[in-house]
Amino acid sequence: MNSRAVKLMVGVFMLIFLAAMLVLALRVSNLTSLSGGESYSLIAKFENIGGLKSGASVSASGVRVGKVESIVYDVETFEAIVNLSIDTKFSAFPLDTSANIYTAGLLGEQYIGLEPGAELDVLVNSDEIDDTQSALVLERLIGQVLFSRSGGD
Amino acid sequence: MVNFIEKFGGWWLDLLVSLGNATLFLAQMLSSLPSLLKRPSLLVKEMYSTGVMTLSIILVSGLFVGMVLALQGYNILIDFGQENRTGTLVALTLVRELGPVVTGLLFAGRAGSAMTAEIGLMKATEQLSGLEMMAVDPFKRVFAPRFVAGCLSLPMLAAMFSAVGAFGGYLLTVLVLGVDSSAYWSLMQLSVSFTADVCNGLIKGAVFGFVVTWIAIYQGAECIPTSEGVSSATTRTVVYSSLAILALDFLLTAVMF
Repeated sequence: MNSRAVKLMVGVFMLIFLAAMLVLALRVSNLTSLSGGESYSLIAKFENIGGLKSGASVSASGVRVGKVESIVYDVETFEAIVNLSIDTKFSAFPLDTSANIYTAGLLGEQYIGLEPGAELDVLVNSDEIDDTQSALVLERLIGQVLFSRSGGD
Repeated sequence: MVNFIEKFGGWWLDLLVSLGNATLFLAQMLSSLPSLLKRPSLLVKEMYSTGVMTLSIILVSGLFVGMVLALQGYNILIDFGQENRTGTLVALTLVRELGPVVTGLLFAGRAGSAMTAEIGLMKATEQLSGLEMMAVDPFKRVFAPRFVAGCLSLPMLAAMFSAVGAFGGYLLTVLVLGVDSSAYWSLMQLSVSFTADVCNGLIKGAVFGFVVTWIAIYQGAECIPTSEGVSSATTRTVVYSSLAILALDFLLTAVMF
């Protein structure tokens, strides 16, 4: 092996590494949705977010329009403040849009579903969604059913 | 009984001495790294013999590991109706664990053993003393480039392993088992994070590369300069590196994830 061929092969090796990193960044992991296009943020306060995690998807009519940026707990109002980052492509949600926490399938992961209202004014960057509905917590639901049963007797 | 305790104590002292020697060796190797900047061609040559020569086995095993993971994952997940998530399972397993670990083990067997044998033979045939006679520091000329090449190529190979594995999983689940292609990739992207999973996998690879090449070069330089000594040093390299990789992997996983 002369040194030119060695250099060539090492160059090819580096190129394969770069290609692998590209695959890992763009195809396997979520780097695209981090940097892909502009986004604006909305705030929604929930009484109970159930198992919602940051990074969960935000969808409208089942189409993914953004993701949950961060979740913090507000010690003054005792609510969870969820920051949503929405793609600027979808920037015309009416002011009275409601945000609900749904579960994909019975045991799947939780996501936020946006349901547009009828107002003409639209939500802009760092607006708050007033109309929110908490996550359906299975234990609470079962508890309510049991309670109403025993109360009826 | 006293004999036994004496033996145990002696063994412990030997262990401490060899650990201390290895650390001093590492310190000397690290201090001779700057000289590499003057002769980067040495590094290129070692990258060829450690990285490029290991490439084929990494790519082939990555492909098959990815396919096997996909097959096993699919068979279990379909019981829960979640066969779309096969991609998630394959990618997370590869990127977090199997990528760096299997690459590390294969690297120890393919490149680490070769490194020990080469350096051991250099010692046995007195090439290392020859270099010293010519006032060439073997740490700068022989050990440092191999060390850096090993530290660099292992994480790179691990990234290739994971990427090829994800592609192997794709081939099997989408083309053979008929899972929807966009579901495979999009569910994978939803749960694999670039910083938390891919980058931590690379860090794992770099740590394994550091440890494997350190062990390989130290064993080669400290072996008994006979054919028997070289062969047992080569064996030790593979055994110690594999154990170190598995133990470190547990520690790193506990810290990272």
